[in-house]
Amino acid sequence: MKKFTLEEFLELLKKYNVEEIEGVKIEGDLEIELEGSSIDLSAIAPLYSMLSEFGNFLYHANMALGYLQRLSAALGIPTPFAAQPQVAAPVPEAAPAVEELKLPTELVKAKFEPYKEEYPSKIEEVVLGATKADGGSRDYTITLGGERSLAFYTFDAPQPHLPAIAVDVFDRPPALAKAVRVHYGDVLDNPAEWAKKCVKKFGADLVTLHLISTDPLLDNTPASEAVKVLEDVLQAVKCPIIVGGSGNKEKDPEVLEKAAEVAEGERIMLASATLDMDWEGIANAAKKYGHVVLSWTQMDINNQKTLNRYLLKRAELPRNSIVMDPTTAALGYGLDYAFTNMERIRISGLKGDTDLNFPISSGTTNAWGAREAWMKDSPIEDDTPWGPRELRGPIWEIITGLTLSLAGVDLFMMMHPVAVAVLKEVFNTLGGKVKESIEDPGEWIFMEV
Amino acid sequence: MKVKSPLEVYNYLPRTNCGECGFDTCMSFAAHIIDRSVTPLDCKPLVEEAEKNPKVKKKLEELLELTAPEIAEVVIGVGENAVKIGGEEVLHRHELTFFNPTGFFFDVWDTMDDKALEERCEKIVTYKKFYVGKYLTLDGFAVRCTSGDPKRYREVVKKVASYGKPMILVALDPECMKAALEEVADQRPLMYAATEENWKEFLKMALEYKVPVTLRSKDLNVLKSMAVTFKQAGVKDIVLDPVTEPLGEGLKGTFERVIQLRRTAILGQDKDVAYPIMVTPIAAWLIEGDEVTRSYWEAVIASMFIVKYGDIMIFRSIDQHVVMPTITLRANIYTDPRTPVQVEPGLRAINDPSPDDPVFITTNFALTYYTVESDLTSGGIKGWLLVLDTGGLGVEVSVAGGQFTASKVKELMEETKIEEKVNHKYLVIPGLAARLQGAIEDETGWKVLVGPMDSGRIKGWLESNWPPKE
Repeated sequence: MKKFTLEEFLELLKKYNVEEIEGVKIEGDLEIELEGSSIDLSAIAPLYSMLSEFGNFLYHANMALGYLQRLSAALGIPTPFAAQPQVAAPVPEAAPAVEELKLPTELVKAKFEPYKEEYPSKIEEVVLGATKADGGSRDYTITLGGERSLAFYTFDAPQPHLPAIAVDVFDRPPALAKAVRVHYGDVLDNPAEWAKKCVKKFGADLVTLHLISTDPLLDNTPASEAVKVLEDVLQAVKCPIIVGGSGNKEKDPEVLEKAAEVAEGERIMLASATLDMDWEGIANAAKKYGHVVLSWTQMDINNQKTLNRYLLKRAELPRNSIVMDPTTAALGYGLDYAFTNMERIRISGLKGDTDLNFPISSGTTNAWGAREAWMKDSPIEDDTPWGPRELRGPIWEIITGLTLSLAGVDLFMMMHPVAVAVLKEVFNTLGGKVKESIEDPGEWIFMEV
Repeated sequence: MKVKSPLEVYNYLPRTNCGECGFDTCMSFAAHIIDRSVTPLDCKPLVEEAEKNPKVKKKLEELLELTAPEIAEVVIGVGENAVKIGGEEVLHRHELTFFNPTGFFFDVWDTMDDKALEERCEKIVTYKKFYVGKYLTLDGFAVRCTSGDPKRYREVVKKVASYGKPMILVALDPECMKAALEEVADQRPLMYAATEENWKEFLKMALEYKVPVTLRSKDLNVLKSMAVTFKQAGVKDIVLDPVTEPLGEGLKGTFERVIQLRRTAILGQDKDVAYPIMVTPIAAWLIEGDEVTRSYWEAVIASMFIVKYGDIMIFRSIDQHVVMPTITLRANIYTDPRTPVQVEPGLRAINDPSPDDPVFITTNFALTYYTVESDLTSGGIKGWLLVLDTGGLGVEVSVAGGQFTASKVKELMEETKIEEKVNHKYLVIPGLAARLQGAIEDETGWKVLVGPMDSGRIKGWLESNWPPKE
């Protein structure tokens, strides 16, 4: 057994940098018996815990030291520390710490200096549609892209073009959720009227005509037949047009090439070229007739790079003629992948990756694939009831689109008129085009319902 | 986190490779500290030694400091319902992951009559939404003082506290706040909010009652000044509210303030603003319009800041068209992008099936699997569920991409010996895999039935399709 003396204790305090031990205190007999013959590190553990316990009435290591010094003086033990006469004798019962603290009477003045971020590169600007002056017959054009910052970060760099919204039109009635269908019931059999309704009633910036009847598994409409509907739509509305196929890898190139031909000069967007189809045929048609190609990949940034490079290098498509669709998954059904994939693509583009600095398009209508958007109620018994689906559906499309707009999407293909209107309001708001504001945003703190 | 490499962490560890933490080596443990799946406190020998040895304790404290998250972590509430907010490291989830999901707090107020209050509280605590194998729930209450009466506020706060969920105390009047804290300070509520007017009293209460506090100002200089003042006075648990303006230029300004705060904290290394951020979508109820307009806009504001750095929120609407999309978005954004969301392929017996019951097949994408599994389970459907390894892809994508093929289905059926478990040869495939019907029949010799497009409709589908008529 070894006796642990106050002197050794003080040495230890010094050794262990006692001024950093907060709330150090001591009481009782300082002679502590220890097992073993030498002081190893574990030896001070009991002391340490004693020090902590004593903390109820001493706050500060220095005060503890002062106490020790007086104690050691009383015991006649020399201490290595200088005397600290200013320390008063400890009070046995301390008042709560707060009362002792001197609270500030003024705010410590600090200046917030926002971190500024600048990117070396810029997203390509792609114009959709052509007016008479440019050899087309559109009333106006829509420009996508041009960003030098993340979406709506206008405090970093101005955003020259807000995202645009295209509304979907089909050349034969597709399967639609009820909440969507009710808005198109009167035009489902007439794509030209359908397109008109999108523009005039629902505020579409563009119209996407999906030639799904060309699908060999559906009507297998020949390309030359199918594009007549495109001609009708070009007549019916004067906004820029996007043309889609049926998703059939063999048939789509033929359909889109034919569409490119009949829409010569209108600068439509051909939707879409993918890696596993004749992308070259589509790109060549776009080049020949002055259109834009939608480069579509399945949520894979590397494939997106590859396809863009093929379109640029092999097909020699001009840089101002590519828009990307990196695939949209619905809220709750892979939206996290879609969001992060698009965000990575956008950041890479801004940082200078010239294979990826193109505007991004989203098939936001995919949101309606989520059962939460259309199902009458939850199939899960324990779920809180889902509430009216008429309200769930549009918000599902809105939040899917809103989320992806923050990742950098420039063009949204949508369907529900309410979703179109709300998302437009969001873009105008974040784009600084809505002036009105609420005078006292703190009113909710007190408001009664 | 200040350290980036496991090596830097390794030097602080015992380096004995004892394996008590569950990892083979201290180096491996160090790597997991870096990816934040564990903390230094998960090294038991280190913690035990630190209790005995101040030198070790000091090293542990240093390590904790070095591995502390970029944004301070604040705990609201106590016990198993406590909510942790902040603690973030990055601005974009792909750079690592986001850690603590946005806290969802729902508004109640002290001038509600008791019955309405109880009903609302009940709705909030019992809310459930099934998602990817578990239930999403709401985090707590924001109790607003609308009476201006400390006594009434205290009563209501006490009542709400009995539901056992964390609380935000919303009162700008120090008297009211104090009355509530006297009742529930031990529940660790979050004070809302200290402002340029009342901060002295709130600072005193934060210290006296040791509860976290929200600082509120639209002016980021003032907000930072308050944060510095509170920190210097000894308050550690701080939440910043740069004021949510619900409309137009105000909302745009809010967007800018929230992003600037977080970006300056992380990239600008400004520790004085490295705290969790409060956003109040409830402010949407100040705009003109009907209930649907306002609640939609509340969902919009919430979503904007679930994506962009909102760590804690106060909501008004508990309607599903607000809660369901936002709670789902939160689950999505806060899913760890580093871990693939897959389940084990193989065969699952659902609801204790017999050899007469149907055989279904789906993919091993967690979302797909849990959706199908829960639809079958909760629909009381007995059956056998084959889970195909598609590398974590859903049905539609894997059919298109060639991960869901007839030959892989055959392999899975052989591996799981499904034909020994049932006395029929009928396989139900997802509606989205309809095009594989012929190929699977050719490959396996089983009769393939094309099920519905959504597994939520299996129940109805079975009524007219099972047992199969031949």
